[in-house]
Amino acid sequence: MRHIISILIENESGALSRVAGLFSARGYNIESLTVAPTEDPSLSRMTLVTSGSDEIIEQITKQLNKLIDVVKLIDLAESAHIERELMLVKIKTSHDTREEVKRMVDIFRGKIIDVTANSYVVEMTGQSSKLDAFIHGFEEGSIIEVVRSGPTGISRGEKGLHL
Amino acid sequence: MELSGGHILVQCLKDEGVEFVFGYPGGSVLHIYDAIFHQDEVKHILVRHEQAAAHAADAYARATGKPGVVLVTSGPGATNAVTGIATAYMDSIPMVIISGQVPSPVIGSDAFQEVDTVGITRPCVKHNFLVKDVNDLAETMKKAFYVATTGRPGPVLVDVPKDMTDPNIKVPYKYPKKISMRSYNPVVTGHKGQIKRAVEMLLTAQRPMIYSGGGVILGEAHKELTELTQLLGYPITNTLMGLGGYPATDKQFVGMLGMHGTYEANMAMHESDVILAVGARFDDRVTGKLAEFCPYAKIIHIDVDPASISKTVKVDVPIVGDVKPVLEQMLELIKDSKIKPSKSALDSWWQLIQSWRDVHCLEYDRNSKVIKPQYVVEQLYQVTHGEAYVTSDVGQHQMYAAQYYHFDKPRRWINSGGLGTMGFGLPAAIGVKLAFPEANVACITGEASIQMCIQELSTALQYHAPVKIINLNNRYMGMVRQWQEFSYESRYSQSYMDTIPDFVKLAEAYGHVGMLIEKPEDVRGALEHAFALKDRTVFLDFITDRTENVYPMIEAGKGHHDMKLRVAPGTPVDRELS
Repeated sequence: MRHIISILIENESGALSRVAGLFSARGYNIESLTVAPTEDPSLSRMTLVTSGSDEIIEQITKQLNKLIDVVKLIDLAESAHIERELMLVKIKTSHDTREEVKRMVDIFRGKIIDVTANSYVVEMTGQSSKLDAFIHGFEEGSIIEVVRSGPTGISRGEKGLHL
Repeated sequence: MELSGGHILVQCLKDEGVEFVFGYPGGSVLHIYDAIFHQDEVKHILVRHEQAAAHAADAYARATGKPGVVLVTSGPGATNAVTGIATAYMDSIPMVIISGQVPSPVIGSDAFQEVDTVGITRPCVKHNFLVKDVNDLAETMKKAFYVATTGRPGPVLVDVPKDMTDPNIKVPYKYPKKISMRSYNPVVTGHKGQIKRAVEMLLTAQRPMIYSGGGVILGEAHKELTELTQLLGYPITNTLMGLGGYPATDKQFVGMLGMHGTYEANMAMHESDVILAVGARFDDRVTGKLAEFCPYAKIIHIDVDPASISKTVKVDVPIVGDVKPVLEQMLELIKDSKIKPSKSALDSWWQLIQSWRDVHCLEYDRNSKVIKPQYVVEQLYQVTHGEAYVTSDVGQHQMYAAQYYHFDKPRRWINSGGLGTMGFGLPAAIGVKLAFPEANVACITGEASIQMCIQELSTALQYHAPVKIINLNNRYMGMVRQWQEFSYESRYSQSYMDTIPDFVKLAEAYGHVGMLIEKPEDVRGALEHAFALKDRTVFLDFITDRTENVYPMIEAGKGHHDMKLRVAPGTPVDRELS
C-alpha cells in the first residue's frame, strides 16, 4: 500500500543522504521525495512517498526514527490528510489546437504561464491522480516536457507535525 | 581558556575520562598528534594498521563498558578503519572515531588523501559529523560521546578538516557537562502495561524459554537477568553475543542457541510455548529458517531499539526500553504476583530438556591421536579457571571457543558476532589487555584469521600487552572447508593456503615466545607454561585435526529442530505437541 511519510529533519548537510541511503541500503522503495526548509530554518520538512506491506512500512518508520537527524515523523496515510503535487507541463500547440488545450487547462483548473507560437507551459496542482489524468488527456507526442514535484501533504484538523 | 582545535580535541578526551586512544598519524591529523605530544594523560596506542586501531578500541569498550576511542588520518587512514567501524556497528559497541580530513577549502577537489569519510561511513555508524567550525568542536565531541553511549550504543565518527585544528586559531574552550538533542531521545523505561502483560504470559507458560543476547551485556543487566531466571526456574539460552550474560556453568543454562548452538537449546526454543527475548535481535544465525522458527511460541521481546522489534520475527509483547530497568520492573511484578509458575509443567519441561541434554551434542573423540580443537579450548578453560578474557577471530575456532569455554561473567567473551570480521582477535586482545593488565587474555584464532592482523604482534610488544595467542592451526579456512564439505561435495575451492608461515619463528621475530604443539598430550603443559610467562606474549601454534567440523549445525534454510549432529541422537524425541 502507498504511504506518505512526512518527516521533520535537522536542516544539516548530509541529512537528505542519510534518508536516501537508508532506503537504498535496506531495499525500500522511494516513489518520490520532496524536501525544503520550514518556517524554522534549522528544520527541513521532507515528504516521502513509498509503498510496501504493513510490516515494511513499520520498519521504514522505525528506521527513519532511528536516524539521529530525524526529529519527528508521521505516516499521513494513517489519518485524514490532504496531498498536493505541483506539475509544470510544456505542451505543443498549433493554431488548430490552442483552444482545445486551453479548454483542457481550464477544466483541470490549471494556469497557462508561458506562451510561444508553438507551445504552452501549464502550471497545475492537485492530487497526483488528477495530474495523471490531465497528462493522459493528450495525444502521444503533444507533450514536450513534464516536471512534477512529487506529492507533499498535510494532515487535516488542528493537529500538526511540529516541535 | 582559549585553545586551538587540536588541543581542544585532546582536552575533550581528558574531560570524557578517556584512558587510551588507538590510532595512527598522518598529514591531516598532525596538529592533533602535536597536541597529544604535549600531554601524557591520554595515552596513545600506535597500532600498525588502522583496522587494528578500531578493533582494539572496540574490544576495550566491550571489556570495560567505556567507549573506545580511535584517531586516524584522512583518506586511507579512514578507509582502513572502516572494517573496524562496521564491526563495532554490527555489535552495537560504543566507540568514537576522530578522523582527519583535508582542509575545508579543498574538500571536494580530490585533494591528496581526500575521501568522503562521512559518506563512506554513513551506513556503518550510529551517526557521524563533519566539523565546519572550530567553535563547534567541543560540543560535537560531547554529542559524539553522548550518542555513542546511550540508547542502543554504536560507533560515532567525527570528521575533522585540518584547518579546524590549526594551532594558530584559538577559540574559547568549554566542554559541555550535559547535552540534549531534540532529535535524539532514547527510550529508557518500558511501558508498564506491556510489562504486566509480559509477566502474566511468562508466569502461565508451560514450556518457557529465556533467550538473551548482547543487549544484556551492553545494558549491564546480567544480575537482573540471572535473578529473574533463577526466581522463575526457567531454562535460558544465550546468543553468541550474549554469552556471559548468564553463568554458563549454572544448571538452568542450556548452552548457546542458533546455527552452532546446542541440541538442547535449539530444541527447547523450537518446542517452547513462551519465549522471553532479552536484548537479542533474532539474527538469521539464531533463527535459522524463519518460517519454522519457534512455531508454538508466544514471544515477549525487550529491546532498547524499537527497530529491532518485529524486524524479522513478529513478536506478541514488544517492550521498548533499557533491559536493566525493564527486568527490574518485571522482577518486582513477579515477586508480587499471585500467579506462580506451574511446578508440574516445569518439571515435565525440564525432563524433556534433560532428554535432549542426554544426546551430549558437544561430545567429540577424546582418544584422538591428533589434537582436537575442542580439546585445546577445554584445556584453556581449565588452565585459566574460566576467568580469562577470551577474544576470537572468525570461523570454526570462534564456535569452539563459544561452545567449550564456559563464560560465567559478562564482558569476558569478545568476538565479532555480527559482521564476522577475521583479523579481529589479536588487536582485540591487545585492547583488552591494556584495559586489564593483570588479567589473563587469550586470543583464540586460526592460521587464516590471525594472518589478517598479524602485524599487531609488534604493537603488543611496544605497549607491553602480553597476550596468549591460541592458534588452532588446521591448515584450512576451517569453516569455509566445512561448508564446502557439506554443500559442495568437498570441493575445497581456495580454502587452504599452500604456504603458511612458521609461526614460532614469526613470533620470535616480533620479540615474542613461539611454541609449536603437535600432540594432544602436550596441550595442557604448553598452556600452563604459556600462562606462567606472565609478561610475555606467547604464540601457541596448535596443529589440530584438519577435518574436524563444528557440530551441531543448522544448515542454511533449516529450522531449529533440524540439526546436523556429530552423533545421531540415541532416543528419538518425536512427540505430539498441543
